[in-house]
Amino acid sequence: MQHFYFDHNATTAVSPEVLEAVLPCLDQAYGNASSIHHFGQIAKQRLEQARRQVAALLNCDPREIVFTGGGTEADNMAVLGAACGHIITSAIEHTAVLSPCAHLERHGVAVTRVRASADGIVDPDDVRRALRPQTSLISIMHANNELGTIQPIAEIAKIAHAAGVLFHADGVQALGKTPVDVQALGVDLYTISGHKIYAPKGAGALFVRKGVKLGPILFGGHHERDRRPGTENVAGAVGLGAGAEWLARNQQGESARVAALRDRLERGILARVGDVAVNGAGALRTSNTSNIRFDFIEGEALVIALDLRGFAVSSGAACSSGAVEPSHVLLAIGLAPDAARSSIRFSLGRWNTVEQVDALVDAVAESVAHLRRIAPVRAHV
Amino acid sequence: MSDLPVAVAMSGGVDSSTVAAMLVREGRRVIGLTMQLWNQRRLPEIAVEGASGRCCSLDDVYDARRVAGQIGIPYYVVNFEDRFERDVVRPFVDEYLAGRTPIPCTLCNNFIKFDQFLEMADAVGARQIATGHYARVLFDEVSGRYQLRRGVDETKDQTYFLFGLAQEQLARTLFPLGGFNKTEVRELARGFDLAIAAKGDSQEICFVPNGDYAAFLNAYLREKGMPEPATRGEIVTTGGKALAGHAGVHHFTVGQRRGLGIAAGEPLYVIATDPASQRVTVGAEPELYRAKLTASGVNWISIAAIDRGTRAQVKIRNKHVPAAATLAPGADPGRVEVRFDKPQRAVTPGQAAVFYDGDLVLGGGWIE
Repeated sequence: MQHFYFDHNATTAVSPEVLEAVLPCLDQAYGNASSIHHFGQIAKQRLEQARRQVAALLNCDPREIVFTGGGTEADNMAVLGAACGHIITSAIEHTAVLSPCAHLERHGVAVTRVRASADGIVDPDDVRRALRPQTSLISIMHANNELGTIQPIAEIAKIAHAAGVLFHADGVQALGKTPVDVQALGVDLYTISGHKIYAPKGAGALFVRKGVKLGPILFGGHHERDRRPGTENVAGAVGLGAGAEWLARNQQGESARVAALRDRLERGILARVGDVAVNGAGALRTSNTSNIRFDFIEGEALVIALDLRGFAVSSGAACSSGAVEPSHVLLAIGLAPDAARSSIRFSLGRWNTVEQVDALVDAVAESVAHLRRIAPVRAHV
Repeated sequence: MSDLPVAVAMSGGVDSSTVAAMLVREGRRVIGLTMQLWNQRRLPEIAVEGASGRCCSLDDVYDARRVAGQIGIPYYVVNFEDRFERDVVRPFVDEYLAGRTPIPCTLCNNFIKFDQFLEMADAVGARQIATGHYARVLFDEVSGRYQLRRGVDETKDQTYFLFGLAQEQLARTLFPLGGFNKTEVRELARGFDLAIAAKGDSQEICFVPNGDYAAFLNAYLREKGMPEPATRGEIVTTGGKALAGHAGVHHFTVGQRRGLGIAAGEPLYVIATDPASQRVTVGAEPELYRAKLTASGVNWISIAAIDRGTRAQVKIRNKHVPAAATLAPGADPGRVEVRFDKPQRAVTPGQAAVFYDGDLVLGGGWIE
């Protein structure tokens, strides 16, 4: 059976151009980028080239890019490293932001989690109202991972700066799907992740605006200008750089292509299946994400049924066992637990085609009809 | 039929892993599902470090997933936590507080494994399910009924917990281990080279660490913000003489001898508990014997019902040797009066009375 991938917000395949850049770093340019000899110099050249590629995509100085072991580490670095008093964040953030905030809260730091609208958008006025004299950091994501909703972070950055507060945005789900220019956005800290942009897992970066002081979260050597100890993951960084390079040239066209597919998917499902609604439909969304609620069914069952038909989609958040729990994001925008459990996330990417989308619409329509037939009681509750 | 997929309930143990491997060998399309029933991070105060064989531990999911990978089947963990709490844990707690000794395994079979799991199987395209229970299902042409028979391994037979199954549930269920004994199943597991072939059996009620019901009850009520039951009271003899105080009727179960906190000349046993009067009645061993019981909520399996006195063997707890008895129709169709040929020890309200005719499970009900 053929399997088709519609879960690009979870992770992406490494692209051919990224693979080509990464492979020689594993066996040829294998030196330690901090070594002074020939091997170290070659590795260092590759690493700095990657830093320039990432900086070019984000429109910043290469010295403002800190490579990390992924998005979660970059988010932790931003929150734990920058917060020294009250933090403002939102209820729809990724756990990579919410968990370090909760950790600080247990150690006496006040945390305000502003709500999001029913469409999954944070209101900048809520952020403004949450400001306190002790506020040290505002962290609001650029695009939501489950809904794709794009947050007004440029406006929030202005509010932060007017109050003299640092602003961090988790951009893991925005990069590659909407233009990211850290100057235009006005962010002080910005998280990106390699494996959402066709680069390897375990490679990410934090943009740290010149002059912003971050306390360390890891302790070790003097790597990354004393901001992130540990032997540099040259292959990972080079992958991230190659992914960034591709996006710099292709993001706009690719986003438009994927948006057309996403819209086709939504139109198809809305036309073929009754009692459905697109979560976050009223908001500005990333090009590739569609979160759809199918009333009267368990999203978990639909995900499994679709997987057995060869379509990979997702629902909620996986807990440690791999079972699905209702998404905290959907609960936060006001969906009842049942409605949250009935919702499925489709996230498209580079190799999805019109034919795949049409086949997915067929599979969704048939699976939903089957699920509603076998559990007819719920339809009348 | 054999081309249709079958969903196997995989716990990560030897039995269900072997079932999945047997069906794959038979050429069936198998979907492996593990039910996430209880979050082990709940009630941390009663958590037992390194406890294995308890439901939904990460180690068991790891094992089930490893077996699924080995035999090449799709595998998923499905979240049934809400339903398990509503239909198994809450009734378990309520029964205990009402002074009875419940069997959550039967509730789990009735409401989870052979209900929600069946529905999930249907949802993913599998009309049939298979489990690692030691029991046999056979279709009887004469009566037109699916009959339930004991597994051939007397020591592992699990029909006591399956008396609540309805015909439509049995019609869709496979118990591939019913014809084997445990030793043979372990050999099969080794033959399949399954990574878990040497794993130990699970014993206790899966969500209650160390079988300490009272500790579970108290921790659960605290988590829910419910007051601990004010069931302190007196321990009295069958003659009505007060012997001592106790910390709550839910700490006692009929037939219990240890932990009464009374030094008496002759050994004393719990004869009855009464939450209304908060009284625990104790007495000598002979006073534990009862010649009759009433079963309610009766479900018939291998026969449609009884309309007159019927001879049977009746099992009143899992490890009980079935005792000869006469069944008589009760006051309403859901009730059966059981009269034993010889009085039976510790007839315990809340436990099941399951009616057998030899290997055949006629039906069963709850002891009043």
